[in-house]
Amino acid sequence: MVSYILRRVLSTVPVMAIVALFVFSLLYIAPGDPAAVIAGDQASPADVERIREGLGLDRPFLVQFGTWLWRILHGDLGTSIFTNLPVSALIAQRIEPTLSLMVLTLVLTILVAVPLGVVAAWKAGSWVDRTIMAFAVFAFSLPVFVVGYVLAYVFALQLDWLPVQGYTPLAEGFWPWLQNLILPALALGCVYIALIARITRASMLEVLQQDYIRTARAKGLDQRSILFVHALKNAAVPIITVIGIGVALLIGGAVVTESVFAIPGLGRLTIDAILRRDYPVIQGIVLMFSFLYVLVNLMVDVTYTLVDPRIRY
Amino acid sequence: MTVSTTSTALVPPGLVVAPHLPDLLLPVAIRRGVLGFLRNHPTVAIGGALLLCLVLVGIFAPFLGTVDPTALAPAKRTRAPSADFWFGTDMLGRDIYSRVLYGARVSLTVGLSVAALASLAGLAIGLVSGFVRWADGIVMRFMDGLMSIPPILLAVALMALTRGSVGNVILAITVAEIPRVSRLVRSVVLSLREQPYVDAAVASGTRTPMIILRHILPNTLAPMLVQATYICASAMIVESILSFIGAGTPPTIPSWGNIMAEGRALWQVKPYIVFFPAAFLSVTVLAVNLLGDGLRDALDPRMAKGL
Repeated sequence: MVSYILRRVLSTVPVMAIVALFVFSLLYIAPGDPAAVIAGDQASPADVERIREGLGLDRPFLVQFGTWLWRILHGDLGTSIFTNLPVSALIAQRIEPTLSLMVLTLVLTILVAVPLGVVAAWKAGSWVDRTIMAFAVFAFSLPVFVVGYVLAYVFALQLDWLPVQGYTPLAEGFWPWLQNLILPALALGCVYIALIARITRASMLEVLQQDYIRTARAKGLDQRSILFVHALKNAAVPIITVIGIGVALLIGGAVVTESVFAIPGLGRLTIDAILRRDYPVIQGIVLMFSFLYVLVNLMVDVTYTLVDPRIRY
Repeated sequence: MTVSTTSTALVPPGLVVAPHLPDLLLPVAIRRGVLGFLRNHPTVAIGGALLLCLVLVGIFAPFLGTVDPTALAPAKRTRAPSADFWFGTDMLGRDIYSRVLYGARVSLTVGLSVAALASLAGLAIGLVSGFVRWADGIVMRFMDGLMSIPPILLAVALMALTRGSVGNVILAITVAEIPRVSRLVRSVVLSLREQPYVDAAVASGTRTPMIILRHILPNTLAPMLVQATYICASAMIVESILSFIGAGTPPTIPSWGNIMAEGRALWQVKPYIVFFPAAFLSVTVLAVNLLGDGLRDALDPRMAKGL
């Protein structure tokens, strides 16, 4: 078990190295000369050349990549061209709303999607099943900002139940924090709920045909414990896999959701960075989200062995 | 009691006559040809018909009562939908109906091009990596790396390097989609290589290119086609997201994402500016997804199990 986890952790190293190489190449081939930008308009070509040497920009690609990687490993993501602040500080400022949104969406999704999928599999072929699956097909086709605007229009503008937009830090109280995040989380979770409900149903259908489910029925266990204890536990591995893969959807969707609901998180930072062509910031964000994604999928792999002791590596 | 009047005469007392049962297995109508296929798979028919309508709308946009979608008319700003302006006008007085119809061109072009390009590139990479052992490790580690960058962020990062144009949007989304196709093709190739008929072909001296062309390629087409529809749907969503956050199609070209981005500032007072492109985008993506689900059920019944 421990050696498996260790090996699995080590296997993320080459993946992250490739991500890093790719992200570094982005900055390397990005248009514009950082040395000329730093030197300013008044600088002579010799000044620019000196700054370039000072920054090490005249050295070969791999050497530059090495020094850059070394700094990254020490937590230095570079400096924003536009604000002159360290990228890590910019990310730290904006990370709370984004993480709040993503975690809340994840919790909401699992709470809604898994029971929906279980019920659909239990009532397979009935109108309940068909309604849930039709919903899943439709929800899967709805782009996140479309859901966001519809939800905001109905529940915030028309019914006035929840705030239209904005964000309140968790430090100012749980309810104000939650109130601002319910609609964004629902909008962001919509596609995700559809995806996980579908995979839960598929996985449950397979498990429900097994002999031990018939045994459990024959023993006279009630339906609920058959479904949620016996069946769901055995159907969990594919569901957890898709939850892990779906985090990529969540990360991409968060950028847009934040823009619809005016949440000052990493999404806003990304959009501002794109508009200003602030490459170090874009680079830092891509690197951080990719790291998060790899980390989540690492956790997913480790969870397998906890959920299903039959899985050995 | 008149129920059993006819039977009492024939059946001895004490016996119950079995009621006439309907035939359990109705004669199966064998459906052939394109129409038969569509009748057997209604989701393909519905999705395909919707998509065809939207393609026609995109192609014939100039003849559907539209005006120049970029024509400014400051005097007619933010008009609500009416008989003159079916979907209203935006803050620069441009006709939203025309813009939405022309926007179909961008979405469909991007969706179809990305699906085609990503499938071709993924097919090539998947075949190489499934057949050339030494390349497999390198290529797949590289794909793992690309896959661990969320696709939208990857496209955003690539778009940040270049000017916004439809061609660049297509390229950026294609790069983000290639890893998934190549993984799919590779897994299909690896399982096909173990098939007895491939062994037989090898044993009878068929050269590798011929094996790929004759035995492997045709069998990858079905899963690829299904995958291509999902890529098309996802590409259209990513295009609209890129345009929405200002990293996609340039604002001079009307695309659904651009129209929504321009309506964003006003959406609380003029929700229709955002509503119409959003509705069109959702219907288009739904059509492509229905087509994909239907094709998956039709082409690979095992894959459809339960989903």
